[in-house]
Amino acid sequence: MEVYLDNSATTRCYDSVRELVGRVMCEDYGNPSSMHKKGMDAEKYVKKAKEDFAKLLKVQEKEIFFTSGGTESDNLALIGCARANKRVGKHLITSSIEHPAILNTMQYLEQEEGFRVTYLPVDSYGCIQLDALKRALCEETILVSIMYVNNEIGSVQPIEEAVRIVKNYNRNILFHVDAVQGFGKYRIYPKRIGVDLLSISGHKIHGPKGSGVLYVNEKVKIKPIVFGGEQQKNIRSGTENVPGIAGIGLAAREIYTNFDEKITHMRALKNYFMDGIRKIEKTKIHGCEDDASAPHIVSVGFAGIRGEVLLHALEDKGIYVSSGSACASNHPAISGVLRGIGVGPEYLDATLRFSLSEFTTKEEIDYTLQTLYNCVPMLRKYTRH
Amino acid sequence: MKFQAFLIKYGEIGLKGKNRYLFEDALMNQIRFALKDVEGTFRVHKSQARIYVECEGYYDYDETVEALKRVFGIVGICPVVYVEDEGFDKLKEVVVDYMDKMYPDKNTTFKVEARRGKKSYPKNSMEINCDLGEAILDAFPEIRVDVHKPEILLNIEVRDLIYIYSEIIPGPGGMPVGTNGKAMLLLSGGIDSPVAGYMIAKRGVQLEATYFHAPPYTSERAKQKVVDLAQLVSKYSGPIKLNVVNFTDIQLYIYEKCPHEELTIIMRRYMMKIAEHFAKTSGCLGLITGESIGQVASQTMQSLAATNDVCTMPVYRPLIGFDKQEIVEIAEKIDTFETSILPFEDCCTIFVAKHPVTKPNINIIRRSEENLKEKIDELMEEAIRSVETILVK
Repeated sequence: MEVYLDNSATTRCYDSVRELVGRVMCEDYGNPSSMHKKGMDAEKYVKKAKEDFAKLLKVQEKEIFFTSGGTESDNLALIGCARANKRVGKHLITSSIEHPAILNTMQYLEQEEGFRVTYLPVDSYGCIQLDALKRALCEETILVSIMYVNNEIGSVQPIEEAVRIVKNYNRNILFHVDAVQGFGKYRIYPKRIGVDLLSISGHKIHGPKGSGVLYVNEKVKIKPIVFGGEQQKNIRSGTENVPGIAGIGLAAREIYTNFDEKITHMRALKNYFMDGIRKIEKTKIHGCEDDASAPHIVSVGFAGIRGEVLLHALEDKGIYVSSGSACASNHPAISGVLRGIGVGPEYLDATLRFSLSEFTTKEEIDYTLQTLYNCVPMLRKYTRH
Repeated sequence: MKFQAFLIKYGEIGLKGKNRYLFEDALMNQIRFALKDVEGTFRVHKSQARIYVECEGYYDYDETVEALKRVFGIVGICPVVYVEDEGFDKLKEVVVDYMDKMYPDKNTTFKVEARRGKKSYPKNSMEINCDLGEAILDAFPEIRVDVHKPEILLNIEVRDLIYIYSEIIPGPGGMPVGTNGKAMLLLSGGIDSPVAGYMIAKRGVQLEATYFHAPPYTSERAKQKVVDLAQLVSKYSGPIKLNVVNFTDIQLYIYEKCPHEELTIIMRRYMMKIAEHFAKTSGCLGLITGESIGQVASQTMQSLAATNDVCTMPVYRPLIGFDKQEIVEIAEKIDTFETSILPFEDCCTIFVAKHPVTKPNINIIRRSEENLKEKIDELMEEAIRSVETILVK
């Protein structure tokens, strides 16, 4: 049996998306910038995807930009806005549990471009502390970037409250949300809650890899970070990745079809899985265990077992999961997020992330639990001394 | 300058008496293997005690030289221009043109060294030397002759064709792989073992390798890393048969039954035994390890003796007297370093004790192994039976 529980790393493409992407690649392969009909046919897909996102996010079509993925969306938002607004001030605020696409970009702005960055601490549930945000705001602040759902433990950030605090302090401060893990799991209407920029990734919502979206409110001053043929209003040059754009558009539409049903399904499975996990002694579910956390992520510490070893033991049984965060797992540094929420030392190196999708079934969860019941005691028998 | 061929100089092989052809043939085979992925069509042949690589049509000069520089047994690689014999005046023209293109700065010294393989050629070597030298001097007033220590030694070989060359690119030396039998390399994912394999292959030894895999404690990526390392070494050594042995059960059994501080030593003894088994069945004449005295607890003199104790074959340890930095330098040179330092756990480090024995006593170790009597033979058989073999090339 193969059980894929690593949907926060990436997801299986919807069949309809695969079909569409293939068709665009092989039939409607024109360049949207070409003047002939083949170009116009291609442009229609871009237009359609823009409409889809505008509708889903309840924003204007002209506020949608297509990128190569979540990382590029985050980079464009942070670097593009920081550079365009640096005359107003050079202070940025983010949280200490952001994805590396935010943290490393912030570090770059600090080290290379003279910005000052405040990293907000989180509480034991992995949520930013709003008091700290209040204290961090200053005259120099031009941009705040907070993620919607944390990719490692699934904590959902109090975005609305944070936006309110920021905009009450100074309505010109830009607010960016990295919604890579949140889009497709929550209904998100950035404009209604005062969010100015929002990042989305295609392959986390059963769309193609190499596709992403950045919503940019029309009033936002932003500069491009790549230069070329001035496509997409010169904010993001480069021939549009038409198959990817068509794919991410369709994936977004699909994931919000029968949305409540899907979320209820995932939530029920997640609760069922957590109940099963609690039966294993010396385990700890990180972050919030109720509905305040994301419906698809469960982060579990297994005391006395190295996460990587348990991961490979599960892999051997056909179960695919992540240790910590997949994006950060290829270097063995221990997760900053887990440390940030005060996870005890016995769990730091011993944590796995299970992430579900709408395709996950109860049988798969049962099989995974059964495998854990067998593997965990066996692996605990042999530990390093 | 467009070179049509390379003259391959080989050192030590030239000394071998009647077996010389064996060495030359092995060298030619290795050259062919090295060139198989290079863009171009090549003909490797031997003529009058020289090996030539003829390049037919378009070929990538830089790639070709890089590939030849990895062939053990080659001492020097000479890029050659050759022409048909169309009279001496024509030859003069060609040689002057060659000198002009090769050496834009004429403020230098040279000497012509002709060899006349084709005795029917109208001029003898001395005459060729003098007349070509004169032509070069006439063409470039700045250039001077120095017969003792010339900057440029211009070689002219008159055979069916006339070969012109003056540059020698150093090769790796050593002996062609395949001329000195075969040995079994214990390959881990570390820095040392690929270097050890490289060094033994350099002496003409064909390599086979054994890797110990311990799922789930080591990952598929760790195994892939070892395959990648074997592939990097194979660029020098030729194809390597890699045996991947699942060592988990043996390791856990030792862990259960033996004192933890002796774990590494006992584990290594069983690794040696298994590697030796594969070595014997495939006709290897020795084992190769990357050990270096005192580098880690399992490589002290006492530990080496304890490990060596189980081997009946010679164990070659080419890095035995090397410092880590010296090993790293070779690893960087042969391009295995970056792969070696990728952070995947290998099976030597998983259950390592906090304070492993550094001066194991062989008798005590043997006694500890008594505890394994019940199941170890069965586990070894199973590990050997379930080996996965990968041909890396």
